[in-house]
Amino acid sequence: MIFSFDLLINAVVSGVLIGGFYAAVTCGVSISFGILDIVNIAHPAFIILGSYVAYIFNITFGIDPIVVAIVMTPAFYLLGTAIYQVYYLSFEKRGQESLRGLAFFFGVLFITEVTLVLYFGVDYRYVEAPYIGPTLHFRMLDIPLRILVPFLVSLLLIAVLQLILTRTFIGRAIMAVSQDQLALRLLAVDPVRIKRIAFGISIATASLAGAFLIIIQPVEPSVGREYIGRVFAICVLGGMGSLPGTVIAAMLIGIVESLTSTFYGPSWAPAVSFGFLLLTLAVRPAGLLGR
Amino acid sequence: MRTPVFLLIWLVIAAAVFAGAVFAGNDYVFFAGYVVMQYVVLSTAWNILGGYCGYVNFGSAAFFALGAYSTVAIYKFYPLPIPLLLVVGGAVSGLVGFGMGYLTLRLRGAFFAIATLALAVVLETLVVNWDYVGGSRGAYIVRPEEIYPFGNYVRYLFLIMMGLAVGAITVARLIERSRLGYGFATIRDDELAAEACGVPTLQLKLIATTISGALMGMAGAPFPYYIGYLQPSSTFGLEYAVNSIAMPLIGGTTSWVGPLVGAVLLGSLQQIATVTISSAVNLLIVGCLLVGFVIVAPNGIIGLVHKYFQRKPDDFVGRRRVDPDAPEAVP
Repeated sequence: MIFSFDLLINAVVSGVLIGGFYAAVTCGVSISFGILDIVNIAHPAFIILGSYVAYIFNITFGIDPIVVAIVMTPAFYLLGTAIYQVYYLSFEKRGQESLRGLAFFFGVLFITEVTLVLYFGVDYRYVEAPYIGPTLHFRMLDIPLRILVPFLVSLLLIAVLQLILTRTFIGRAIMAVSQDQLALRLLAVDPVRIKRIAFGISIATASLAGAFLIIIQPVEPSVGREYIGRVFAICVLGGMGSLPGTVIAAMLIGIVESLTSTFYGPSWAPAVSFGFLLLTLAVRPAGLLGR
Repeated sequence: MRTPVFLLIWLVIAAAVFAGAVFAGNDYVFFAGYVVMQYVVLSTAWNILGGYCGYVNFGSAAFFALGAYSTVAIYKFYPLPIPLLLVVGGAVSGLVGFGMGYLTLRLRGAFFAIATLALAVVLETLVVNWDYVGGSRGAYIVRPEEIYPFGNYVRYLFLIMMGLAVGAITVARLIERSRLGYGFATIRDDELAAEACGVPTLQLKLIATTISGALMGMAGAPFPYYIGYLQPSSTFGLEYAVNSIAMPLIGGTTSWVGPLVGAVLLGSLQQIATVTISSAVNLLIVGCLLVGFVIVAPNGIIGLVHKYFQRKPDDFVGRRRVDPDAPEAVP
């Protein structure tokens, strides 16, 4: 293929934009897997659930998907706390999280996906919003608004999360729970409660990420599966539990994927994140901004 | 019981099952039975790494598909007899298992699980882009109608898969009672302590991944002949991964009995549900059973049976394991 500067610039820019969206998809996992050490492989399933919630409200009432997602975050938060409670009582408390806890989340992933298939079928679903369709043009650069809007809201989401984690008491307690639970207990803070809140927040982000996903591309229930590898690759590459690291890693993977699909064809893109994952695990398991 | 006696008993049972299926006079029995036997192999293989060592493999579908696609690749070149294909499929999957393990097993357990999950996606990408084995369009394998001296080809496939199942169970039991099995158990119970005592944990884990991967590949090798048309998205389907995890966990992970019981029960149930209800509903049943069992009955059906008879599950297998009702650890 003839090397084209236009193509390169466009690929890099769209990679950065998609990377912002990937960061929103991953930040939930950065909290649950990175900070709380809960290997929530069902996270992409909750994202798809978020997509379908946005879809239902958008189709029946015509509400903007992002507004729906923001309104629905408390519901997802409650769902998250409920799941953590089950997880804590059944696995963490008994010390069985490594084998049966993983199987539990795998089962949850599977049940969510099959239930969605049974209800909605495997047809691709999409939403309607004013910013889906138009494209901004700057000289040789094309920026579709359907990717720009999720990108901007994603960055906002990450910034808010970072503020919560570093500035509020609960946020600092969440960071502390990953370091020393005993010390937290000595300060009369219940680590289980803190972890429940943190897990709730992590699932709440899935509501927003789901809305972004269905704005960017049509969604069917098994789409979530291709995000599993990507999400964990970004989380590990960024350095477990570091939100700024997550953003950098997400953009890096976004750019490489975008370049791969521009110059080699989109069917190779899924292999990129796995390559990054293995490379990171082999060379620097602590990630880019690891503690 | 000594291993040759054990093997003999299972061969007799297998022969009886085969005779019974022939007697039933309906070839669908062989079609359904093949799938059940395939799940016996897959869940036993999963359990060698998952149940004995405590490392979760989400990529059963990947290893299974590796076996299936090595058969396709060879078939396009020169159709070998199936027993040879088993060896090739097993070797390929075993090698990939070894490589994966070498890269990820030195780190925390969760990384291995995630890497196996991603492995399925990447191998699928590779196969989709590999035109020689059909790419995304899939590949056809023409199965001979008859084969001497077994008659119908499906019967022959069933017999092979049943033989493989007996082999897998024997290997699992052999491991369980050997030095290797005790080494695996130390890894599962407390890897750090095992390491400190001089157990070569990485080496043992690599042995487990290789054996487990190889058995899964062998289970996949005859699959193209069974299905006739192999397509990436169904061969890498999530149902293989979820079934090979659900079956041992529902049956009980501590011994070879669990995966066998789980696979036979769940496999038959699925065959019946697929015919009578629908295939999506039967997958939902598997998912719910998996979640229900890991929460309510962590030791599976075998654990429940032993609870019922007021014996600890430990006595049966003759091995110590972590007490599920142990007091709460300081979080």
